[in-house]
Amino acid sequence: MFRGAPLRNPQWENYLFKRRVIVAALFSIALIAFVIIRLFFLQVINHEHYTTLSRNNRVDIQPIAPTRGLIYDRNGVILAENQPTFSLEIVPERVDDMEATLTAIRELITVSDSDMERFRQILLRKRRFEETPLRLRLSDEEVARIAVNRYRLPGVEIKSRLARDYPLGALLAHTLGYVGRIDERELQQLDTSNYAATAHIGKTGVEKTYENELHGKVGYQQVETNARGRVLRVLERTPPVPGRNLHLNIDVRLQQAAQAALGNEHGALVAIDPSDGAVLALVSLPSFDPNLFVNGIDTASYDALANSKEQPLFNRALNGQYPPGSTIKPLYGLLGLESGEIRPDTQIWDEGFYMLKGDERRYRDWKKEGHGWVDLNKSIVESCDVYYYELALTLGIDRMSDFMRAFGFGRPTGVDLTGESSGLMPSREWKRRVHRQPWFPGETLITGIGQGFTLTTPLQLASSVATLASFGRHLSPNVVAALEESGSGVRTPLPARELPPVRIVDNSNWQRIHRAMTAVVHSPTGTARSINRNLAYTVAGKTGTAQVFGIKQDEEYVAEDIAKHLRDHALFVAFAPTDRPRIAVAVIVENGGGGGAIAAPMARKVMDTYLLDGEGRLREDLK
Amino acid sequence: MILLDAPQQSRRSLLPHLHLDWPLFTGLLLLAAGGLAVLYSASGESSEMVLRQVTRLSIAFLLMFVFAQITPETLRRWTPLVFGSGLLLLLAVLVMGEIGKGAQRWLDLGVFRFQPSEMMKMAVPLMVAWYLAETPLPPPLRRILTGVVIFVVPALLIAKQPDLGTALLILSAGAFVLLFAGLPWRLVSFTALLAVPAALILWHYGMHDYQRRRVLTFLNPESDPLGAGYHIIQSTIAIGSGGLYGKGWLNGTQSHLEFLPERHTDFIFAVIGEEFGLLGILLLLALYLFIILRCLYIASRAQDTFTRLLAGGLTMTFLVYVFVNIGMVTGLLPVVGVPLPLVSYGGSSMVTLMASFGMLMSIHTHRKLLKT
Repeated sequence: MFRGAPLRNPQWENYLFKRRVIVAALFSIALIAFVIIRLFFLQVINHEHYTTLSRNNRVDIQPIAPTRGLIYDRNGVILAENQPTFSLEIVPERVDDMEATLTAIRELITVSDSDMERFRQILLRKRRFEETPLRLRLSDEEVARIAVNRYRLPGVEIKSRLARDYPLGALLAHTLGYVGRIDERELQQLDTSNYAATAHIGKTGVEKTYENELHGKVGYQQVETNARGRVLRVLERTPPVPGRNLHLNIDVRLQQAAQAALGNEHGALVAIDPSDGAVLALVSLPSFDPNLFVNGIDTASYDALANSKEQPLFNRALNGQYPPGSTIKPLYGLLGLESGEIRPDTQIWDEGFYMLKGDERRYRDWKKEGHGWVDLNKSIVESCDVYYYELALTLGIDRMSDFMRAFGFGRPTGVDLTGESSGLMPSREWKRRVHRQPWFPGETLITGIGQGFTLTTPLQLASSVATLASFGRHLSPNVVAALEESGSGVRTPLPARELPPVRIVDNSNWQRIHRAMTAVVHSPTGTARSINRNLAYTVAGKTGTAQVFGIKQDEEYVAEDIAKHLRDHALFVAFAPTDRPRIAVAVIVENGGGGGAIAAPMARKVMDTYLLDGEGRLREDLK
Repeated sequence: MILLDAPQQSRRSLLPHLHLDWPLFTGLLLLAAGGLAVLYSASGESSEMVLRQVTRLSIAFLLMFVFAQITPETLRRWTPLVFGSGLLLLLAVLVMGEIGKGAQRWLDLGVFRFQPSEMMKMAVPLMVAWYLAETPLPPPLRRILTGVVIFVVPALLIAKQPDLGTALLILSAGAFVLLFAGLPWRLVSFTALLAVPAALILWHYGMHDYQRRRVLTFLNPESDPLGAGYHIIQSTIAIGSGGLYGKGWLNGTQSHLEFLPERHTDFIFAVIGEEFGLLGILLLLALYLFIILRCLYIASRAQDTFTRLLAGGLTMTFLVYVFVNIGMVTGLLPVVGVPLPLVSYGGSSMVTLMASFGMLMSIHTHRKLLKT
């Protein structure tokens, strides 16, 4: 190249340059061709692939939560509904100065530190254009205060959303249960696609048992989104199917009367319609406000409820297990008649205590001086203990255990509420298995008066009374009466659920027991005679007193000397009217003392409320 | 064929006194008009943006007209001064950047901001052409080396700003002038071989982390689909989903739903691919090729070494612009910030480009009567 002369040769230079220009032109064409090849691959050969990618980019499928079914009582009173609640939400991307906005909001309405903490955490997870809740459940006044100041709070919105609301609060907390936010464990068992948009799920009670009915079916919408996930428009929509409404057998009037009757006592009351097993009232006291749980209860409130000595969260009607005491004597009396071991006129001599052969121990009667000559009727009316010590010894634990199980003791009633306890009906086999000990005759004696190992829930007790009232027809208690389709309003009643009935060879034996129980209330010597004044109907009942605290052989039980929490539980079971039973009731008052004095009047108030019309006469439709 | 028409033929009218090259002017006008249509779609139908772009285009065309009036001889005389002051301004920007801590490309002149690197896009080919035209072609080795220094120094200064895209354009502008000057092919192959170790050195010592990341992402965009690879993935989806005929003007889902980043600036080519399909792109590429070939024709008709080298260098810079941008958007090249000439939204690069076209027109229309 250095051969070129220092002198210019224009023609040579021109020739050289034109050659380079041709190379440059070819190079340009080659590069453009290269680009075209690449584009051919993208746009023609792989076109479909990229079309799919592009469509997936922009179309998003979003679930829509169905509306939860409502719950009504038997007279159409609403018990659980979905209320619009107002919450204060902030769209971060529309707020210029978050701190200033938060300060301004806190000057207008109260925002607790825990709300602030939660807000800041959610803020980190959400996208900038999404509403982030700061305060839930605003009062009308708070809504108004924010609304007036809206102009200086850009990005702050009042949002209305549906939240479960229990207008009667604590009255039915143990029956309805409550909904709460779906937790990790529930999430694993759920049909995740059906719950894709749902935040709440039934945690206890009816809300949990009937979760599938109440929830409904999720809907979907296909939406077009931009790269940041903001919804631009809805392309297609499959509406959700709302959940079914529930009509309960519970009668709110009765429930209120029962709660009022129990007053400040702790305990439970269950009322059942013996004809169909309908649960008319189910009270467990003390109770709590289920609304606290709907949007997440704060730790302090939860601890206060959970650690309270009064155990308001504990459902005594379903899970409280108490010795039934004398309330089960009529059943043993019936078994005695049925087995032929006694006749109605069989008499025993009660001198105030009973002793087993070869045993120094005295099994005492509640009446220190004894009842004298006692037949079956008197044993029930006066609740004679010695009569049942002897009867139990004659019957033996095996027959007693089998018979009581037929009435539902020692096993779940099958009520349509989840998590009921099964109580305990002891047997030889049970004692060997659990305690690895043989059965002792003394244990048979105290089982005869409903003490010892025997445990029952108030619901079981009420169910057994209903079975007794309806001549052995055994039904599972039903809290829910009917399902109603939200749209069409078509009602599907839930049938009574029959359990194997208690079979009695001589049907007149039922009536003998019913008569004896009627005398408990209506005879001048009956243990529940205190409630028979001005009764517009006949009541068959039986009092009971369950020992919490064992007293020594030679000591006397003096209620005043014993701390309240060690006092006896007061029990009363009853059904009415005797000839055509419409309601069966079981009441347990924890540490209440005597069943006749404390529990029986409560049961009467409930029965009066249910059976009488406005003028204090038996309701026409019940005659 | 208008690509090769002789300028003398239309001398009967007044038009020749405007010193415009009509085929080139028409090509540029078509490109700008098409670009505006695409921009309207890419900007989310913002007439405000389109109007601002129209203003810029007008200024740029005005500048082209002004440059077309400047004779090549005047250009040649001013070249060393323009290059020298450009170099000084680059240094000034760099020093101010050091003080201001961070990237600095702009020189604030009060009324408007000025990018010295843009000025160098013209000044470098001018200077290399001026220098090589002093001696007969092909240039001796000593001249070649000096020529290399002339364009490598500003390129390095710009790369340090850091503005890899512009540095690349300036390197190629200088290199193309050298090639047009008759750089021996043996030397070209030798340089190409040298490029491999040079690239390795650059990788380890010369690049910022974000630049290295861009290269890695280019090699494997799927490695970071929501981060650095997002641009490339989304733009290939946009182009690929456009197919042969496209989704139609204003109907590009990738761009209108904001999946495509920088859709009205560096990635506007993807919008064209999505909305107008392969056919639309072929039209665009044909237009670009027409402009390039017309410019090369102008270069081949130029009458002296300086204008030839300048015309060739400017033309190939334009080609590099087009190729680097499209290559980047289609995933052939790593992402470097190079706009699609005359189509992308933005001012400064357009102004310099149109000034170069003005020079080309000047070269073509200011002819000395020489006998050949």
